[in-house]
Amino acid sequence: MTEASAPAGGGMGGMSVNATALVGSGGGWRQQLVGTAIAVVLGLGVGALLILLSSALSEEGFDPRLPFTAYAALLEGSLGSMRGIGNTLNATTPLILVGLSVAFAFRAGLFNIGAQGQFFVGAFVAAVVGAWIGLPFPLLLLLSLFMGFIGGAAWGFIPGFLKAWRGAHEVVVTIMLNSIAALGLNLLASTWFKDPGASFPRTPDVHPEAVLPILVEGTKMHAGIIVALIAAVVVWFVLFKSTLGFEIRTTGANPNAARYAGIRPSFIIVLTMSIAGGLAGIAGAVEILGITKNYPAEYNTTYGFDGIAVALLGRVHPFGVVGAALLFGILRSGAGSMQRATDIPIDIIFIVQGAIILFVAAEPFLRKSFRARRRKTPRRAAPAGSAA
Amino acid sequence: MSATTAPVTRSRIRISRAWAITLGVTVGLLVLLVALGYGPAIVDLAIWFVEFLLSRPYIILGFAVPIAYGALCGVMNERSGVVNIGIEGMILSSAFTGFLAGAYLNPVIGDVPAALVGVVVAVLTAMLLSVLHAWLSITVMADQIISGTVINILALGATAYFNQLLISTTDVTGAPTLQGLTLPEALIDLPIVGPLVNAVFGQGPIQASLIFAVIFLQFMLFRSRWGLRTRAVGEHPKAADTVGINVIATRYRNVILGGVFAGLAGAYLTLESVGSFQDGMTAGVGFIALAAMIFGRWTPVGAFGAALLFGGARTLGQAVQIDAPPGQIGEWVASWPAQIFGMFPYILTIIVLAGVVGRAIPPAADGIPYDKEAN
Repeated sequence: MTEASAPAGGGMGGMSVNATALVGSGGGWRQQLVGTAIAVVLGLGVGALLILLSSALSEEGFDPRLPFTAYAALLEGSLGSMRGIGNTLNATTPLILVGLSVAFAFRAGLFNIGAQGQFFVGAFVAAVVGAWIGLPFPLLLLLSLFMGFIGGAAWGFIPGFLKAWRGAHEVVVTIMLNSIAALGLNLLASTWFKDPGASFPRTPDVHPEAVLPILVEGTKMHAGIIVALIAAVVVWFVLFKSTLGFEIRTTGANPNAARYAGIRPSFIIVLTMSIAGGLAGIAGAVEILGITKNYPAEYNTTYGFDGIAVALLGRVHPFGVVGAALLFGILRSGAGSMQRATDIPIDIIFIVQGAIILFVAAEPFLRKSFRARRRKTPRRAAPAGSAA
Repeated sequence: MSATTAPVTRSRIRISRAWAITLGVTVGLLVLLVALGYGPAIVDLAIWFVEFLLSRPYIILGFAVPIAYGALCGVMNERSGVVNIGIEGMILSSAFTGFLAGAYLNPVIGDVPAALVGVVVAVLTAMLLSVLHAWLSITVMADQIISGTVINILALGATAYFNQLLISTTDVTGAPTLQGLTLPEALIDLPIVGPLVNAVFGQGPIQASLIFAVIFLQFMLFRSRWGLRTRAVGEHPKAADTVGINVIATRYRNVILGGVFAGLAGAYLTLESVGSFQDGMTAGVGFIALAAMIFGRWTPVGAFGAALLFGGARTLGQAVQIDAPPGQIGEWVASWPAQIFGMFPYILTIIVLAGVVGRAIPPAADGIPYDKEAN
């Protein structure tokens, strides 16, 4: 994490996401790490307040130690045993990949809200390839993963192409494509690709040759985490050590400057959205080949949307994404244990997740007003009514 | 999509051209089908379709109500230059708090007052979330997509959390639902007019208010001083600032007032439509609302029309399953799975965004924070 933050001046005419706002308001990675840590602590604090509230509402009476009990149970469940760690890494794997997908697009100034749909398409394609094609072990697995990438890339190509060709805003197009993917694949999985023997509509189970192997005996930890970590390194290399990455980041920072430098922004937009889609597609493929083994018609996950949170918390950097995904993976895999131990609904982790991102988003403002107060100067960000 | 300011009149010409293309293609297709001998079948289908429209206008409007209110929220936001993809979360939150207030107050103050308080609570909830969105996107100048995403994540988590805590695990049963006017039988039985009047006034106050809200907002946006200022701020904030319009205050006001509509959409779902709350019950209605807003080209009346079209597609999807249209074509349409009809609004929106049938041009400063000191 040695690169300096992106230069200022993005966001031309609604063309792109303001990458500077995402990466943080200046400062090196140390400062960003501190800011992120504070956001995480504040987010957990919001969760603790809500736990106290639920404690006050419960029949057992108010217990001021409940937040600690709950978070301890959460950590115990996610990291306290080899099985727990396996589940945590399984939950982390797709989060890394969708986080990389969103982060990769961010770097080109594109907002990939479509990771959800690309995840679905990648998952479906991998499930179909794994179930219908007969090949020996590593080949079928690799083919399924690759086709998952292609499926997601195709779904990411559409918004990239429409943006480059007609200027259609990728956020709206991808939101629409998310719903189209969910409904369309629901249709395919409950009709032509349905497993006739299944009790609910889903595709048939993939062949054993397509399943990601278990890494540690006695756990459910599958090899997907290796795929995710390799992807993180590859994305890091492409973004920061290759010419393409330079072109992507230049386009994201300032499309006009990029054009002036001989980069074709429309080509970069299409390519970036396709690769981002492919990454989300692998996430779906890994989830199918490692966990569910088939594509259920009513496939109900929010991994794609979680990818946005992961990318933001990870400061749009591949290695930051890995850390953020691990944090959310811990929250997710430990939530069940927390609920069993303390009766606190699992959904609290989504509030914590949202609160953390809220603090990350508001960080530049919080930092500015905090500094202003410390210096005791009257100059503060203008309040709402009196600015203009 | 560079920062060009499209003249307001241009979009009007584009709409008419789009209509011309659509009309031309439709007429051409009809002529072709009649020439191929499908004439009588088409007449049968048309009769079936008209009967469908006349028998179920209240269902179509019912589906359209939350979409249209959500789209009005979007219009209020985006016309002043603030993108709001958090409408989904706002609707979900207000549906929940409205239900909560209605359900808890029902035994205390009776059903009608409880439902009315519920609506007020729902509206206030959405306004509160709008304050958060306004603060993040106007004052903090955080990315507006992120701000909306934060609201969506928080809403999904918080409603599920408190639903489990305050409703699912307690003996709260349901909230009262708002009832519509009891119209005289003679009026409802009138041909054509009767079902339409019933659809608007016979269902519930939020549904009945929608048409007035749409007309009022359309008038205000294009015929009032407030509307002119709002559009100026959304198209060219610097110019608006120069002539003395307070850009920041205008945007705050619009975003927060837009929350009223999102709140009504939420209140409609729980306090008028079903009277219960399920986790994630909005199921993307806020995103369809965004689609309707774009499809209606950022105008209230257009958005309402799009919402009716989307509601109609969904009703049609149900109707063909229950009562298949006549003829071979009818059988074929009836064999379409429900998902096809579900995808209809989204595909239509992408087509419009891609500019195949006329172009959708957002306000020029949409999504860009206003920084007075920047050049």
